Amino acid sequence: MRTSADNRNWSARAILLLPYLWLVIFFLAPFVIVLKISLSQTALAQPPYLPVFDASAGWVGLMELAKQLSADSFRLVLSDSIYLWSYLRSLQIAAISTFALLVIGYPIAYGMARAPRAWQPPLVMAIVLPFWTSFLIRIYAWINILQRDGILNDLLMRLHAIDGPAAWLSSDTAIYIGMVYSYLPFMVLPLYAVLERMDESLLEAAADLGCPRRKAFWLVTVPLSLPGVAAGALLCFIPIVGEFVIPDLLGGSESLMIGQTLWTEFFSNRDWPVASAIAVALLGLLLVPILFYERLQQRSLEGSRS
Amino acid sequence: MNRGASSFNIVSVALGLAFLYLPIAILVTYSFNASRLVTIWGGWSLAWYRELFHDDAVLQAAWVSLRVAALSATAATILGTLAAIALTRLGRFRTRLLFSGMVYAPLVMPEVITGLSLLLLFVALGVDRGFWTIVIAHTTLTMCFVTVIVQSRLVTFDRSLEEAAMDLGCPPLQTFLTITLPLVAPAIAAGWMLAFSLSLDDLVIASFTTGPGATTLPIRIYSEVRLGVKPEINAVCTIMIAFVAFGSIASSLVAKRGAAQRERAALGAQV
Repeated sequence: MRTSADNRNWSARAILLLPYLWLVIFFLAPFVIVLKISLSQTALAQPPYLPVFDASAGWVGLMELAKQLSADSFRLVLSDSIYLWSYLRSLQIAAISTFALLVIGYPIAYGMARAPRAWQPPLVMAIVLPFWTSFLIRIYAWINILQRDGILNDLLMRLHAIDGPAAWLSSDTAIYIGMVYSYLPFMVLPLYAVLERMDESLLEAAADLGCPRRKAFWLVTVPLSLPGVAAGALLCFIPIVGEFVIPDLLGGSESLMIGQTLWTEFFSNRDWPVASAIAVALLGLLLVPILFYERLQQRSLEGSRS
Repeated sequence: MNRGASSFNIVSVALGLAFLYLPIAILVTYSFNASRLVTIWGGWSLAWYRELFHDDAVLQAAWVSLRVAALSATAATILGTLAAIALTRLGRFRTRLLFSGMVYAPLVMPEVITGLSLLLLFVALGVDRGFWTIVIAHTTLTMCFVTVIVQSRLVTFDRSLEEAAMDLGCPPLQTFLTITLPLVAPAIAAGWMLAFSLSLDDLVIASFTTGPGATTLPIRIYSEVRLGVKPEINAVCTIMIAFVAFGSIASSLVAKRGAAQRERAALGAQV
């Protein structure tokens, strides 16, 4: 009996070891390094920061390193209004986009959940399919439509809705369109999953008790779908705050989202410590929503087991 | 819940689908446009496709992307499946919270953070950046998606089949290979496909972790797109869309066949 238990223990460890090690090395360790470099100073060197940790110096090297760390990059990120505005703008765009996604996504998910049973799998497939095509392609498709001599202006001018070409591209409108377009499946699917499982008899009970359909929707359906709303909103809000491609290709250049600021600091200014400080601050900003999302995810995947 | 759809329900679903598909349809149509200008329709033409097949830079980038995607999707599927098994079957173990945290976090982690942190790791380790660093980065990103897909299959899985095999004296490893693996195979295949398409798609993480000589297709497309719309890019995108559409239809057919077989097996068991 003992040997079989030991055996099980051993094989369990073997299963766990590989993904665990991989994630510690390539997911956890990098964050420690980002934190360390955010506390370093910019230098005209390769790599462009000081101090560089010298592993051969051992404990003494580590102490040397600790002495040279500075919070300059954080001081810069927190005091320079460029960065502060960048964070605020990202939060604003993410909040408005998430709200728009909820307003647009809810009726779609609700309609899907009320469709005939046989129709539902193809509908889910139809919502998921664009997500499988490239993100970049989907954003690029909108450039075709929104640019100055693009399809939207052409159509509106033919309909005499506008006299001259309007500037759709490089505007906040374009960013919101891109966000809603790209993240719609992430909002619709969690909502659909909740609405589809809802117990029909609850609505019947409400109707029997004289509750009008519209009121029953707000009093029964909406409260019961809140877990789906939370999952969808977090699944959209968190990545949108750090989004780079959509504002870069569809937005204007006058005010940047934080992902773009990080990108510019890193690739154009080659200021690695400031880029790292931006990343650490961004992570700090998103920590609460990420932890909340993780709890939801754990509950939905592991809760159904017991 | 399906008490019959009202006209409002039908209209909202139809509008939603139109919103999702219209831009893609326009892009595909204009890749066959003989005119260089977006708004002028110059008749059907394959000119941009012909030009594309003479564009060595794009072809090379596509080849790099396909190899990165195939390698990282395979590694991610192995790691992700192991992680899913660990999370569903090992019960409580020490540092489980840390492990599951690391598994689910990359799903929502902004790509700029993941990309930057991996790059700094490679620099700190003194690794030359290029093909293999992108493969590692994409494996890390996509394994979590595989875990979620496989895990959601494993939690709804009928454990009694495994128990029956073990009761009849089948050793655990053989039980896993002959009972568990075939039953979760559709989820593993779906996980591989998703990992493959995510890798093929990724711009941000690849940009951070790439090095000289390893330009992926999204990096190439991105640098072209920043200069404006080009009909050749429409053609590249159309080919990628066709590729994805074919792949997902094929995989859904496989999944359907698997489901039908499972149903038959379940019916047989009941009889």
